[in-house]
Amino acid sequence: METPRPFSLLCELTYRCPLQCPYCSNPLDFARYKHELETAEWQRVLTEAVALGVVQANFSGGEPLLRADVPEIIRHARELGLYTNLSTGGTLLTEKLARELRAAGLDSLQVSIQDADAENSDCMAGGAPSFEKKIRAARLVKKTGFSLTLNVVLQRQNIGRIEAIISMAEELGAERLELANTQFNGWALKNRAALLPSRAQVEHAAVVARAASERLKGRMEILYVLPDYFEQFPKACLHGWGRVFLTVAADGAVLPCQTAREIRGLRFENVRERSLEKIWFESETFCKFRGTDWLPEPCQSCPRKEIDFGGCRCQAFLLAGDATVTDPACSLAPKHHLITEALAEAGTNEKLIFRTAVESLQVS
Amino acid sequence: MNTIADISKPRLAAKARLKWDAVREKHLLLFPEGVLVLNKTAHDVLALCDGQRTVAKIINALATQYAIEANAINADVKEILQKLSQKTFVTLDD
Repeated sequence: METPRPFSLLCELTYRCPLQCPYCSNPLDFARYKHELETAEWQRVLTEAVALGVVQANFSGGEPLLRADVPEIIRHARELGLYTNLSTGGTLLTEKLARELRAAGLDSLQVSIQDADAENSDCMAGGAPSFEKKIRAARLVKKTGFSLTLNVVLQRQNIGRIEAIISMAEELGAERLELANTQFNGWALKNRAALLPSRAQVEHAAVVARAASERLKGRMEILYVLPDYFEQFPKACLHGWGRVFLTVAADGAVLPCQTAREIRGLRFENVRERSLEKIWFESETFCKFRGTDWLPEPCQSCPRKEIDFGGCRCQAFLLAGDATVTDPACSLAPKHHLITEALAEAGTNEKLIFRTAVESLQVS
Repeated sequence: MNTIADISKPRLAAKARLKWDAVREKHLLLFPEGVLVLNKTAHDVLALCDGQRTVAKIINALATQYAIEANAINADVKEILQKLSQKTFVTLDD
């Protein structure tokens, strides 16, 4: 079967961030990566991406608005005909910048908020006041004429306030609300005992989200993603390794997904060394888990193999120590007990390790 | 909203954009974190959703374009608009 071309490129413009959320999807050792790609390099990446078949560019980080060249990069993307989306923590968004982004042709602007009130939200973002700035940013997004998507990571500490979170999104006039139960990679895995909700919490939240989604049909789209720790089968991670998505990290490494760096033993090629097209089609890492031929049992004989491709490689590595095995989140996985054990530990620890450069540099 | 009224004026949502994908040779609808590959009819309908044309006008325009009777595509066009408005890709101004 012919290798499909990617639709969507994630550009992590920087790993730097003013916030310290304990579930960040950036690698634990993010502080070690210096030499961010420069403006001209990002522009070249985007040009290569379009030739490869990418139609959509998502900009994130760390905090992408820490880079002064964001409007310039967006302008280039727009000139190439890409649909552009930027995800920000919101604390750095000013009216002037919002208008510059609009003028540059940005299609969609997403703001993340950690909770429905200042005290809880500020705490989860690392402690410094950020909630008011985020609310202000959300209003600016609307005022500037963008469609507003609110990103809220759900975890044990805020999942009980899902109704208030949905109300907040409605009040802000969001067209879209992403309620993303945290995936347990990197930082979130370190904090799993404090962040993993109970089954009852997750099921209640799902009911609330479904009801709100029905009530708001046509006005606000609500996306509720169930954490796969609570599902019988895993998700097809990003629709499959090396099929639809690719990520270029702040230092130019090309990744099948933003957390793939956690997998030890994989070598990631860099846009400074090779073209995006060559990396997508030929690199060892992209080819390694693409498709279904490489799948171990029980996946190889499983009727679901073309549906979920054996689940998430990062999760397999982080939990089972081996990226080639069935994702332990699958109820049929030999290592599924690792999930059961994690569920039993949920809520046994409240202490959070926040995403700081100091903490990052201490990680081996 | 259960039925699409003939007098409604559908408009492509601000967050969504039509694109011709030269690499794959397909019509696409692009929106935040998603891509919809459009069949010809869906694309042709969306291309006419400018907030000025009524549903009736869109149906008539397509009937002319395809050289068929308006009755033959009435239901299909409305079904397409119904699905797209439920996903908030199209707003239906009255």
